[in-house]
Amino acid sequence: MPRHLLNITDFSMDEIDALMDVADDIIGAPRKYGERLHGRKLATLFYEPSTRTRLSFEAAMLELGGSVLGFSSADSSSASKGESVADTVRTVACYADIIAMRHPKEGAPTAAARVSPVPIINAGDGGHNHPTQTLADLLTIRREKGRLDRLVIGLCGDLQFGRTVHSLIGAMSRYKSIRFVLISPAELRVPDYMREQMKASGVLFTEVEKLEDVIGTLDILYMTRVQRERFFNEADYVRLKDSYILTADKLALARRDLCVMHPLPRVNEISRAVDDDPRACYFKQTLYGKFMREALLIKLLEEGSKA
Amino acid sequence: MNIDSIQHGYVIDHIRAGLSMDIYRYLKLDALDCSVAIIKNAKSGRMGKKDIIKIDKEIPLDLELLGYIDPDITVNIIRDGKLVEKKHLAMPDRVTNVMRCKNPRCITQTEQELDQVFFLADREKRVYRCLYCEAKNKEG
Repeated sequence: MPRHLLNITDFSMDEIDALMDVADDIIGAPRKYGERLHGRKLATLFYEPSTRTRLSFEAAMLELGGSVLGFSSADSSSASKGESVADTVRTVACYADIIAMRHPKEGAPTAAARVSPVPIINAGDGGHNHPTQTLADLLTIRREKGRLDRLVIGLCGDLQFGRTVHSLIGAMSRYKSIRFVLISPAELRVPDYMREQMKASGVLFTEVEKLEDVIGTLDILYMTRVQRERFFNEADYVRLKDSYILTADKLALARRDLCVMHPLPRVNEISRAVDDDPRACYFKQTLYGKFMREALLIKLLEEGSKA
Repeated sequence: MNIDSIQHGYVIDHIRAGLSMDIYRYLKLDALDCSVAIIKNAKSGRMGKKDIIKIDKEIPLDLELLGYIDPDITVNIIRDGKLVEKKHLAMPDRVTNVMRCKNPRCITQTEQELDQVFFLADREKRVYRCLYCEAKNKEG
């Protein structure tokens, strides 16, 4: 049975630490890894559009000396003829050594993994999981803050539907002395089951409505987009919308060592004026994502070879 | 039929009152040609009232399915009119093709030939979640 990454909890904390060590090593000495996956092929099966994640996977594989094939929309695959995910994966596994899949339906990568003879990486399944984004987030935090414990993490924006936020809460809850500050309008608070999960694992958290009230207390600020259509009424949207936009003025209230993160793409929730501030880490986060995907490809392919 | 005199078969006991007809349907007992007795709201010292099903035939019995429906059930196996084994059930870690995921965003909604698999996410609260999308199983 090949090893897959469908959910961030599929990997132990030790495994994630080891992945980050490999990613750090690649960053320090990329040439050493230039032929590491020579002769291996990655298939990117993207049933819905994505710029960052697909290119990040492809760049990661190319930098390791491997090659890539795949499709970038359901229209250009047999899915348009009604082929099941399972059949597509069985077919593609004849051509490739590992598969990264994005699909609009929740659980599609799990359906793929149940039949696949090669490792499956979930590259985002609807609003459900996006574990490689979480890996990128963890490496960003470790590199920027030097640790993954004893942190006050602000999560701001749409906390109800944001899959990256849910995965990050799940992953960071496993480390010691983590406190979350959940900043969102009442309509977009984290789902009840996440609140229960945090209570059960003894993680401290507070819920507030305004970013400016708490920004000075944070080590990390993880921004997400608040969409107008998520609000129940226009008056609330108008009242609160500016609370979820990070401006230079608000950033002036923050600590000097704050690390501002965002899974990207952003629309207007972080002012362009913030981009040049040394505390803006979101483009570095994208770069770290590529290195984490490299470490992940190595792990899954080399574990498979040993089996 | 004398419901006390099973020769070869099962007495499914300690069924939570009201669940016997669900079990009758799940186990497809209507398709059997042997005697089947359903006793509803029997007095029980431990449970107040309970349901009991008696089946006068040794049929293949899906104990995982029964454990999913009600883990407090006891299955008594009867041979030659005597109790030969008493099985206490537990909630199974996984159940396959018993219930369907109702999350409209789940892959099982578009690919209907996929096995419907649920895993036990919380034994204490008896919560099962879809293996694919992790949505909670909703009754009904």
